[in-house]
Amino acid sequence: MSYPDDLAYSREHEWVRVDGARATIGITSYAADELGDIVFVELPEVGAALSQFAVFGVVESVKAVSDLYAPISGEVVEVNDALRESPELLNADPFGEGWVARVELADRGELQALLDADAYAAETS
Amino acid sequence: MTDLRQTPLHDVHVELGARMVPFAGYEMPVQYDSILDEHRTVRSTVGLFDLSHMGEIELRGDEAVAFLRYALVSDPGALEVGQAQYSMLCQEDGGIVDDLICYRLEEHRFLIVCNAANHDAVLEQLERLLAHGDFGAELDDRSARTALIAPQGPSAAALLAELTDANLEAIANYHAAEGSVAGVTCLIARTGYTGEDGFELFCDARRARDLWAALMAAGESHGLRPCGLGARDTLRLEAGMPLYGNELNRETNPFEVNLGRVVKLDKGDFIGHAALQAIQQTGPRRKLIGLQMIDNAIPRAGYEVRAGPDGPDIGHVTSGTLSPTLGTKVAMAMVPAEAAGVGHSFEVVVRDRPQRAEQVKLPFYRRPRD
Repeated sequence: MSYPDDLAYSREHEWVRVDGARATIGITSYAADELGDIVFVELPEVGAALSQFAVFGVVESVKAVSDLYAPISGEVVEVNDALRESPELLNADPFGEGWVARVELADRGELQALLDADAYAAETS
Repeated sequence: MTDLRQTPLHDVHVELGARMVPFAGYEMPVQYDSILDEHRTVRSTVGLFDLSHMGEIELRGDEAVAFLRYALVSDPGALEVGQAQYSMLCQEDGGIVDDLICYRLEEHRFLIVCNAANHDAVLEQLERLLAHGDFGAELDDRSARTALIAPQGPSAAALLAELTDANLEAIANYHAAEGSVAGVTCLIARTGYTGEDGFELFCDARRARDLWAALMAAGESHGLRPCGLGARDTLRLEAGMPLYGNELNRETNPFEVNLGRVVKLDKGDFIGHAALQAIQQTGPRRKLIGLQMIDNAIPRAGYEVRAGPDGPDIGHVTSGTLSPTLGTKVAMAMVPAEAAGVGHSFEVVVRDRPQRAEQVKLPFYRRPRD
């Protein structure tokens, strides 16, 4: 199994795509597959302050409720509203259309605490 | 999961890529692919379930009727040969030990099919009552020798007709007959837990793989999918059917969960009679209701229920889900009897926030009648 190599990954199965001073975050295909059909997402509010590795939202499958853990700290500047109507995007395209939120990065140093694609693949094998 | 029991079809499920989970002491498939797809398959064509973990206990003898009349809350004596009834085993105080189906196979031979999780408790209670009452009947626990495979859905009859000479039209809902399916001797029962037409096929455990393979092969042209416990739960919940451990338990009596019609108080004495008669006369203190969410949140078992808006905690959700067929978020909940009423407003507390709901009639889903 290989994962997009332009992303950084947390052990809680979230990813980060850095884009200048901002970053997009989401859940990995591994997380989406483990959860099964995702039927509900509780997104953070725009303006919320995320703290690395703290709970920032919830994702629900048919059978279970799972916390979302922020892979990186920052202020939420945008959330993917499409997930409200179509939570299944997290299963269909977790690294693309299924992105969860965009944040203003608080501390780029935090990226050191994340894994690259190879290390994440090793973790999940 | 090495100390869990396995059904005869365990390896087949693994080969099919099923996600296996512990359930009632067994390793069972919760899903093969997608719970939503499996659920929709049962509602539209036919799904195939392995229910071999369930318990099958036969009662035989001149006093089998007298014994079962005493042991169960229903009246098995009212069954024709070949007919089945939904029933319960209760405690003296009216608390439910298990819900089950009782089939009358012959004049003096009955089959009890009970939940896997309660197999030991049901067996213990039946054996104790049998011995204590000195009834002229014998009990034969056939659970380990029996497999149970269930094709469920509107195409189940058409599928089965390709594999059996049995006259399926003569097997009405809640009836059963011995027959042969794909060369495997089966009790062919028209019962199920999905709210669709369907069959439960009881066969010798050693023939389970043959029967499953035949149904899977013939099922291809019918769009058949294997279905796991995940879909089994969403299907029964939509159909308003209770699950032991969620809606039913020893602290709950049949009148609280809309099952008073199953209790035949006039048939004579039986375990729980006095307590159940008293409850029927005064009315149950609590009631199981159906809720549909108004706010956008999924109600789940254990969540607090409040009389809305801003009311105090008065009850709890027993089961809840996103209904795949209806697209709505629904739940069954236990509330004080005086709070119940179709159209009444409630709130379900989801992650510390009250979310609005209203009581709706059960079941949430009823299959279209032709």
